[in-house]
Amino acid sequence: MTINLTINGKEEAIDADPAMPILWVVREKLGLNGTKFGCGIAQCGACTVHLDGNAVRSCSTPVSAADGKAITTIEGLAGSTGSDALTPLQRAWISEQVPQCGYCQSGQIMQAAALLKDTPQPSDDQIDAAMKGNVCRCGMYGRIRKAIKVAAGMEQASVWEEQA
Amino acid sequence: MNDMSDTPNPADQVTQAPAEAKPERSRAAKWSRRGFIGAGVIAGGALVVGVGIRSGNPVSKLKPLVASGEGEALVNAWVKIGADNVITAIVPHCEMGQGANSTLAQMLADEMDADWERVAVMEAPADGNYVSQHAARMFVAPGTLPDKPNQVGFMEPTYDGLFQQIGKLADAYITGGSSSVRSTGQNGMRVAGAAAREMLIAAAADAWDVPASEITTANSTLTHEATDNSAPYAEFAEAAAKQDLPRAPVIKAADQFKLMGKPVPRKDIPLKVDGSAVFGIDGGSDLPGLRYAAVKAAPVVGATVASMDASAAKEMPGVLQILNMGDFVAVVADSYWQANQALAAIETTYSKSENDTANTETMFASFTQALDDAGTSGGTEKASYGDAAGAIEDAAKTVTAEYKVPYLAHAAMEPINCTAWVRDGKCDIWTSTQVPLMARKGAAEGAGVSADDVTMHSVFLGGGFGRRLTPEYSNQAARIAKATSYPVKMIWSREEDTAQDFYRPADISRFSGGLDEAGKCVSWNNVHCSDDEPGEAPLVEFYDIPNVLVRGAEVHNPLRLGAWRSVAHSQHGFFIESFVDELAHEAARDPVEFRRELLAKSPRYLAVLEGAAKMSNWGSDLPEGHGRGIAIARSFNSIVAEVAEVDMTGNSPRIVKVHCCADAGFVMNPDGFTAQMESGIIYGLTAAMYDEITIKDGRVEQSNFHDYRMMRMDDAPEIAVQIINGAPNDLGGAGEPGLPPAAPALTNAIFAASGKRIRELPVVKHFA
Repeated sequence: MTINLTINGKEEAIDADPAMPILWVVREKLGLNGTKFGCGIAQCGACTVHLDGNAVRSCSTPVSAADGKAITTIEGLAGSTGSDALTPLQRAWISEQVPQCGYCQSGQIMQAAALLKDTPQPSDDQIDAAMKGNVCRCGMYGRIRKAIKVAAGMEQASVWEEQA
Repeated sequence: MNDMSDTPNPADQVTQAPAEAKPERSRAAKWSRRGFIGAGVIAGGALVVGVGIRSGNPVSKLKPLVASGEGEALVNAWVKIGADNVITAIVPHCEMGQGANSTLAQMLADEMDADWERVAVMEAPADGNYVSQHAARMFVAPGTLPDKPNQVGFMEPTYDGLFQQIGKLADAYITGGSSSVRSTGQNGMRVAGAAAREMLIAAAADAWDVPASEITTANSTLTHEATDNSAPYAEFAEAAAKQDLPRAPVIKAADQFKLMGKPVPRKDIPLKVDGSAVFGIDGGSDLPGLRYAAVKAAPVVGATVASMDASAAKEMPGVLQILNMGDFVAVVADSYWQANQALAAIETTYSKSENDTANTETMFASFTQALDDAGTSGGTEKASYGDAAGAIEDAAKTVTAEYKVPYLAHAAMEPINCTAWVRDGKCDIWTSTQVPLMARKGAAEGAGVSADDVTMHSVFLGGGFGRRLTPEYSNQAARIAKATSYPVKMIWSREEDTAQDFYRPADISRFSGGLDEAGKCVSWNNVHCSDDEPGEAPLVEFYDIPNVLVRGAEVHNPLRLGAWRSVAHSQHGFFIESFVDELAHEAARDPVEFRRELLAKSPRYLAVLEGAAKMSNWGSDLPEGHGRGIAIARSFNSIVAEVAEVDMTGNSPRIVKVHCCADAGFVMNPDGFTAQMESGIIYGLTAAMYDEITIKDGRVEQSNFHDYRMMRMDDAPEIAVQIINGAPNDLGGAGEPGLPPAAPALTNAIFAASGKRIRELPVVKHFA
């Protein structure tokens, strides 16, 4: 059947099985590979996207749930603010050197973006509650926490000296 | 004793006689650059290990592979200079999160006096000319035996011949063993950078007709002050490439470093915050006619597919082909989701295997039997000095203990996958692998083409941790692609990834120790089950114990075994440091004080121990129900001590904080190194707290993150890291050494807080 949705600000009519998870629609039919497959059962958060601004696990959300709605993926996060520049959150991810392998980071950033939208100055407990569904196998939880606080203006960004 | 420590001086390396290397025929294959290396703007210096080791300058052969862009010059095998003066470092290691490629470029750029803002990194193609010779030598020489049938280890058994002929070291393009910086970087990248700089100076000296000694370099610019000449490196790149390779380029002394030893942001990180980084699972996604494959292999080691009923599956939407490949079943469909659904609808039976009746209890019982058989002096001797048996008889107090650890899966975030395109006698492969040349060989065998006809495309790895050291999945994808008419993206489900791993070996380790009247350890007798890789893992020569006997007992494992982050150190770090803690307790000594005495003759270890103790305010008061535990371990030539603080006031332990002090000789990028310590600690604590792979009827019982649990934001401790540069010419690794002390620091802290001694992992089993 045809599903009408908005993907990163662009309207699309997609011919897909309504039960097909958003993850595979985004990756295979829309060619957006930033959203990652990790577990397939909403246990790791690597596939996190925004559905009408809310963080959802795209591996376990059928595309029918997006009919008439707007999906934002990591590729569209910066553009969703009306500029192509990276968001403060993404810039904080760089200043705090968060990613290692980087595979989970699209999901981490989308989850954190949803947190900051609802809670601009999150406490540690609020960060725990919002982020505990997102696994980072490289274990960069301390840096993720710091980057969220930097993006929220609660902590100073790490400064990297100019290299000679 | 320490086989990994003989890092030769780079200057010595380049003056070695050329090995009789017979490089594989270099094929001018299409080489897929990473997204961030735009065509023509690359600056990458590819430094291959061994400038001056291989005979001849391989630049003419390699140029089509790595420097085909407009105006690009390849100065030597590892350094490329673009017309825009961007310097590209060509590194022979994969990027799996360890950040080593950026650090390798940092080392090259420093020696070259390059402008860091205009340095790029490029992964070396999977070509025999780009080989981690030093890594290979380091692994091969210290007893990495290829004759262990079920132990994949760092080298695949089919590569036996590899070690006899140095020319075949080509297959050792490997990322593992925490080796990139200490071997490739120290012996390769630095030398290549220094060589490139000297070649540029020589070219400028010719052109300007001035003495080379009067030319200075900085920020990718050559200057001759007296004649007021100045030029960017790019201007002399072509001329430099024609210079002879310097036989002994002069590398910098530590006080001349500008980039090395400084925290430098990684070059790959910007790509990992906007979704543009291309991982294995993303590679080849735009191939025309691409289809998707879901697979399920026989679930018991040694079994094959006996029968398959796909009558329901073949009617399902999108299904194109269903294949019984003997060792596994595959569904090829229009989408991965469709393929995976159809796979679940296939009914399969499997042949009998000797492992059909295997289960965790009988497996551990057989381990116990093997240890009983070895007794107090049997088994394979791994270390023996003094008289452990005699000394224990004379000891004032005897302490015995037995520890047990389970099999573990790697559970990298990116499930195993591979995209293969087989057509016209050629094969293209996109896959996350730590061993591109081995994966290429696996694909070649699967596709029925020669290795030269396989092109490996460079991708980021979504985690490695030792899982991606085997070639079976590129072989599998190539076989599927060959059996169909499509390019195929094969993706393992998380369940398949968990069930078909090469597991960290389970082990039981027994100790008896003797204390003298003063409470000093005078005898140490250990026997355990696992093969030790590296062989130093169970050894304790850094402790001043006069009588030591360490032995191994042979056992049968019903699962495939592999290298798991820090390899055998992951078990022995826990065993050794748990027992040392028990000895301290039995001697009625403080655990730091007890170790301090044992480390009196090992000053670097002692400094690390003191560092961690000081960071944690060891001995100061803690809240009620909290406790601190300490552990120290050396692995991959780095020494790391950790102090964990736990809170035992809840139903199960909560890890509050970990203080980590590390001496890796000299740390090139302190922030990158710190990140690796943080990562190793979380990886180690995750396993120690939560995880075990168990077997029932020969099958792995765990399947996904709900039953193979990950540490998460709300249970991860705060971590602080301190670095000691204790041996500037004797570099240690970073990716693994943070892990071994983590588990024992945790369990020792639990003991300190509660008096409960955890001798079997994972910890949560004891708090159900």
